[in-house]
Amino acid sequence: MERIALLSPVCSPRLQNYPLYIRSVPTENELKFHYTVHTSLDVVDEKISAMGKALVDQRELYLGLLYPTEDYKVYGYVTNSKVKFVMVVDSSNTALRDNEIRSMFRKLHNSYTDIMCNPFYNPGDCIHSRAFDNMVTSMMMQYVK
Amino acid sequence: MAFVTLTGLDLIYNAVHRAVWDAFCANRRADRVPISFKVLPGDHEYPKCRTKRTSYEWYIPKGILKTGWMNKHLNLVPALVVVFYELDWDETQWKEKQSECATRVEIVRQSLQGRNTKVAVVLIQKKTPLPPGEDVIASERAAALCNACDLSGKSLFVLPHTDHLVGYIIRLENAFYEHAQTYYYTEIRRVKSHKEFLNKTTHQLLFVRHQFKIAFFSELKQDTQNALKNYRTAYNLVHELRAHETNMLEIKTMAGFINYKICRLCFQHNTPLDAIAQFRKHIDLCKKKIGSAELAFEHAAWMSKQFQAFGDLFDEAIKLGLTAIQTQNPGFYYQQAAHYAQERKQLANMLCNHDSSVTHPIPDPLETQSGVLDFYGQRSWRQGILSFDLSDPEKEKLGILALQLKERSVLHSELIITLLSNAVAQFKKYKCPRMKSHLMVQMGEEYYYAKDYTKALKLLDYVMCEYRSEGWWTLLTSILTTALKCSYLMAQLKDYITYSLELLGRASTLKEDQKSRIEKNLIKVLMNESPDPEPDCDASAVKTSQKLWADRVSLAGSNIFTIEVQDFVPFVQCKAKYLAPSFHVDVPVQFDIYLKADCPHPVRFSKLCVSFNNQEYNQHCVVEEAYQKSDILEQSSQGTMCLVPGKTRKFTFIFVAKTEDVGKKVEITSVDLILGSETGRCVILNWRGGGGDAASSQEALQAARSFKRRPKLPDNEVHWDSLTIQASTMIISRVPNISVQLRHEPPALTNEMYCLIVTVQSHEKTIAKDVKLTAGLKPGQDANLTQKTHVTLQGTEMCDDSYPALLPDIPVGDLQPGEKLEREVYIRCGTVGTRMFLVYVSYLINAVVEEKEIICKCHRDETVTIETVFPFDVAVKYVSTKFEHLDRVFADIPFLLMTDILSASPWPLSIVNSQLQLSASMISVDQLESYVENVVLQTGESASECFCLRCPPVTDSQGGVATGRYIISWKRSSAADSVPVVSTVITLPHVIVESIPLHVNADLPSFGRVRESLPIRYHLQNKTSLVQDVEVSVEPSDAFMFSGLKQIRLRILPGTRQEMLYNFYPLMAGYQQLPSLSINLLRFPSFTNQLLRRFIPTHIFVKPQGRQGDDASIAAA
Repeated sequence: MERIALLSPVCSPRLQNYPLYIRSVPTENELKFHYTVHTSLDVVDEKISAMGKALVDQRELYLGLLYPTEDYKVYGYVTNSKVKFVMVVDSSNTALRDNEIRSMFRKLHNSYTDIMCNPFYNPGDCIHSRAFDNMVTSMMMQYVK
Repeated sequence: MAFVTLTGLDLIYNAVHRAVWDAFCANRRADRVPISFKVLPGDHEYPKCRTKRTSYEWYIPKGILKTGWMNKHLNLVPALVVVFYELDWDETQWKEKQSECATRVEIVRQSLQGRNTKVAVVLIQKKTPLPPGEDVIASERAAALCNACDLSGKSLFVLPHTDHLVGYIIRLENAFYEHAQTYYYTEIRRVKSHKEFLNKTTHQLLFVRHQFKIAFFSELKQDTQNALKNYRTAYNLVHELRAHETNMLEIKTMAGFINYKICRLCFQHNTPLDAIAQFRKHIDLCKKKIGSAELAFEHAAWMSKQFQAFGDLFDEAIKLGLTAIQTQNPGFYYQQAAHYAQERKQLANMLCNHDSSVTHPIPDPLETQSGVLDFYGQRSWRQGILSFDLSDPEKEKLGILALQLKERSVLHSELIITLLSNAVAQFKKYKCPRMKSHLMVQMGEEYYYAKDYTKALKLLDYVMCEYRSEGWWTLLTSILTTALKCSYLMAQLKDYITYSLELLGRASTLKEDQKSRIEKNLIKVLMNESPDPEPDCDASAVKTSQKLWADRVSLAGSNIFTIEVQDFVPFVQCKAKYLAPSFHVDVPVQFDIYLKADCPHPVRFSKLCVSFNNQEYNQHCVVEEAYQKSDILEQSSQGTMCLVPGKTRKFTFIFVAKTEDVGKKVEITSVDLILGSETGRCVILNWRGGGGDAASSQEALQAARSFKRRPKLPDNEVHWDSLTIQASTMIISRVPNISVQLRHEPPALTNEMYCLIVTVQSHEKTIAKDVKLTAGLKPGQDANLTQKTHVTLQGTEMCDDSYPALLPDIPVGDLQPGEKLEREVYIRCGTVGTRMFLVYVSYLINAVVEEKEIICKCHRDETVTIETVFPFDVAVKYVSTKFEHLDRVFADIPFLLMTDILSASPWPLSIVNSQLQLSASMISVDQLESYVENVVLQTGESASECFCLRCPPVTDSQGGVATGRYIISWKRSSAADSVPVVSTVITLPHVIVESIPLHVNADLPSFGRVRESLPIRYHLQNKTSLVQDVEVSVEPSDAFMFSGLKQIRLRILPGTRQEMLYNFYPLMAGYQQLPSLSINLLRFPSFTNQLLRRFIPTHIFVKPQGRQGDDASIAAA
C-alpha cells in the first residue's frame, strides 16, 4: 500500500498547507490516509523550523522518516520553496528502503518542477496533470506489488 | 520494597509504641531505605509453607504463575519479623522478663515454620544506654537474652526511648534492611537451586516461573540490574513456550506482565530507548497472537492495555525528569491504545451481536470456587489443564459465549475517549496541533457513537476551523457530515442550518446527489418543516429526533437565525464593490453587491440589505420581494430574488451621501442576505464588511496570479474571480469652481510687511455664499516659524508678535457668478528661510443630486513657498584718523566708525534714514548726521557712512566697550507710501579701549612748498598721573633742513602738555619723508616709535617752488 501526498508551498500565510495533490492506492480508507498526511505536517513543520537557520543550498531536502505508526511509515521531503511532499508506506513493505524512498521523492520533485515550468499552471492551484498522474501511477506500480 | 513486620507494639493503648510506629511511618522519603512495614500481633499466623518437594520428576506444573504469589511476598510473608519488647538492663525481674521475651520469639518462630524469614528483637528501654563495653551488666544480660531466644547478637537491638527517637529508628531501619536483603538473597538462592531438577519437556512453565520469581526477589532486594536481567530471561522463556489457542491468553498475560516490569526498570535506569525497543519487540512478537478468533476482541483489549500501560510508564518517567520529543512521546502510545480500543469495539460489535434471547449460561462458566483464578491468564472453566485438546467442547462454547456477553456490557466509547483525551493532552505538550485536532475529531466521533451529541458537536466545532483554515476540504467535509448528523439528531436548528450551508458550499467535497439532498432538507427547514433524517443514523435516535423536530415546528417564535458566515465557506458567496474609491458629495454613490450560489438548485431569498458605518444609509440599500412559499423550488431564473447556481448576480445600489460625511469613509459594515420568510423560518446570512469568507482570500490570490484566459461572457455578466471586494469609499467635497490667484514679489525681506495679493474669482453658475478666506503660514511646519511669522490684513502699520501666523476664516461675503475679489495679505517674517503659505477659500453652494437639494461646502486651496532673505548686509569697521584699520582704540584719541550697507535684495531698496545711537561710553567728535538719507540702492549697490568718535578713558576695558546701535530705516522702493518703514537695528561691535601714557599729535599744514618754511608743532600730552621723563630726538631727513631742538630731555607734569615747535625747510618736491620724531619714555619702555607713528604723520607732500621766478628761469633757459 502506498499513498502520496503533495502539499502546498507557503504562498499565503493563512492557507499554507493545503493539499495540491493527493493520491492513494488502494482507495479504501482514504480518509484515514488524509488524516495521516495532515498530522504528519506537525513533524514537517517542526523539522523545517529546526533547519531554518541552515544555508539554503546546503540543506537536505529529504526529511527522512517522520514518525512510525503501527501500520504505516510516513516520509517527508521539502523543497527549497517549501513545497512539502509526504509519502505514506505500509510498514510491512520491506522492499522500500531509505534509498528507494529518496529516489522516489526526487522523481516526484522533478515531475513537480516540470509542472511549475508550465506557463499555464498557476502556482498554488491543485495539480491536474496527466503527466504527473502517470508518473505517480508508474511509481506506485513499480514499488507496490 | 522489602516487607518487614513489627510485632509486640500496642498502638492503641501505649503512647510510646505509638511514637515508635509513627517514627517508622512518617516521612518515608527517598532517602530512607525502601521497606514496607506492617504491625501485626505477636501470634499472627503467616501463610503456611508447603512442604518442599525433593524431586520434580513427577511434578507437572498447572500454570505459569499463581495469581496470589506476588501479593504473598509483598504483603503476607515478611523478610523479617521484629519482636518489640520493653526491657531495661537493670530490670529487677530480669529472669521472668527474659523468659517471656524468649516465649514471644518462639511463638513467632512457630508460625514461620519452614520459612527463611529472619527474626529480630528490639528492646524498648527507658534509659539511655552507656557506651558499648562500659555497661558490664548490659553485655552480660544481652548475651544471656540472645542465648535464651536463640538469636545471634546481630539480631538484638536496643531502642532507648529518648529525645532522639527518629535517629535511633533510622539506624534500626538500616539494620532491618540488611536482614531483609539477606533474606531475599537466600530466597533467590533457594529458587535457583530448583533449576537443576527441571527438564525442558515437562517443566517449561517452571522455567518461566522460577526466572520470574528470581527477578521479583531481586527487585525486592533492590537489585534492579539483576532483576532486569532475570526479567529479560524470563521474557525470552515465555516466548519459548509452546503456544496454542488454549494457552495463548496465559502466555500473553505473562508476557505483558514481564514486559511491563522490564520497561519500568529500563525507565528507572534512565535507558528509555531500551524500554522503547523492548516494547516494540514485545508488540511485534505478540501482535499476531490473536488466540481464539471468537474472542478476538480480547486480543484487541490486551493490545490496547499494553499500549496504555507503556504510555503511563513513559509519562511517569517524564514526570520524573525524562525529556520526550515530538516524534517519541506517550501520546503515540495512548493513540495506539485508543486505536486498539476502537478495534476492540468493532470486533465486539461483530462477535457479540447475539440475539437478545441469548442469555448468560447457567452455571456461569466464569465463576470459580474461590472467586479468583489460580493462575494468571487461564480460563476459569478449565483451570490447570495443560492439554491443547479441548476435552469438553460444549463447556468451551459456553465459556466463550459468557465472555462475549460480558464484553457487551463494556462501555467501549468511554474507554476510547479516555485514551484519546490522554493522547490529546500529550500531543498538546509536544507541539503536534494537527495530531491533536485529528484525535479530537476521533473523540467527537466516538461521542457521536456514544450518543452524547452535545459533547460531540462541541469537539467537532472546535477543530473544524483548523481544518478550514488549512484548506483540507476533504477532512472538513467529513467532520461537517458528522456534525450535521449530530445537529439533526438533537434538532439543533442553528447548527443544522450552519453545517448545511457549508456542506452545500464550494469547499464541500460531497457528491452532487448528497448536496441536493441537503439543500432540499435546508429548504424544508426554512419552510418550518422537519427535514429528512441523515443517512446512517441510529434508527432509535432518529425516532427521538423526529419528535424533537416536530416540537420545533409547532414552537412559535424564535425562528430567526443570524449566521455569521465570514468564518466558514457558505454556499452563497458575496462581494460588495463600490464603483470608485471616492465620490464627490454632489455625485450619487454607487456600489454593486455580487452574489453567487454554489448549491445544486436555485435558491430564492427574500431580502438583501446592506449596513454602513453611518446607519442613515442602511434604509436606502435594501432589496426586498415578498414571495410565495411554493415558489422556492421553482426552477425559473427570471426573478430578481433568485440565485441560479454558478451564475453571478449583481445588485446595484445608489444613494446620496450626506454632506456631513465629507472627508469621511463610508464603509459597508455588513451585508445581510435573508433566506426564508418571517412567517416560516428566517435565516440571515451575515457577511461582515464587504463579503468574502474563509476561502475567498486564497481564491482571490490565486485568481490574481492566474494567466488563464477567461471565456467571454455576455455584456452584463462578469467573472466572479475577477471581482475584488471594495468595501469602503471616501466622500470628498464637491469640485470647487472658483479660481484663486496669488500675486507677490518674492523673495520676502526680513521684517518687512510682505504683500500677498489674493484674487478670488467665481466661475460658479449660482451664487457662492459665505465665502471665507484662510491665509497664513501653512500648519505643520517648524514650530519656530510660527513664532516668527505674523500675518495681517492691515498693511499700514507694522505688526508685532501678537499677530497670528495664520488668519482663519476671514469672512469675505458672497460671490456672484463671475465676480472677482481681491484681498491683500501682509506677512511679516522675522527670520530668513523658506516658508509655505496657505491660501484657502471656502464657500457654500447649493447643488441638486438625484432631485435632492443639498448644500455643498467647496473649497480651493493654494499653497505658495516664499523665501525670506536679509535685505542688506551691514559691515562696520573702526579705523584711525589715518584710515588705518584698528583692532583697538586708544582712550581719548579720536577714531572713525565706518558703516557699509550692501543691498542683497533683488528689488531696489529705499533707505529712508539712518541713525547712529551711541552708548554712554562713546562721544562723537562732531555732529552725527545721516549721509544716506533717501538713497536708493539697487541690487549689489552699497552705501557707506563714516563717523568720528572718541572714547573717554575707561577703568575696566576688559571685554571691550559698547559702541551703540546703528538703525537703518528702509522700505522697498516699490512699496506704497502707506506701507510702514522698516527699521533694522544693528548693534555695533564692542571695541577694546586702551589707555596710552603719552599722546603726541602734530599740527602741520596739509602740504609744504620747496624752499618755504614749514612750521610743525608737536603736542606732547601726558595722559598719566605721573611726571614723565621724555627724551625727544629728531632724525634728519635728506629732503628737509630743519630748525628746532634736535635732541632734548624734558619732563612733563601729569595732565599737562608740552609743545615743541620745529621749522622744516623742504628741499625737494614730492611726497617726502619728514624728519622722524622719536620719543623715548623712560618710565614706559613699551611706548615705542612704532606706536608713535600711528599718531603723527611721517610723510608730507611738498609742492615745487611757486611761479614767481618762472619768468626769470624761462628767460635763463
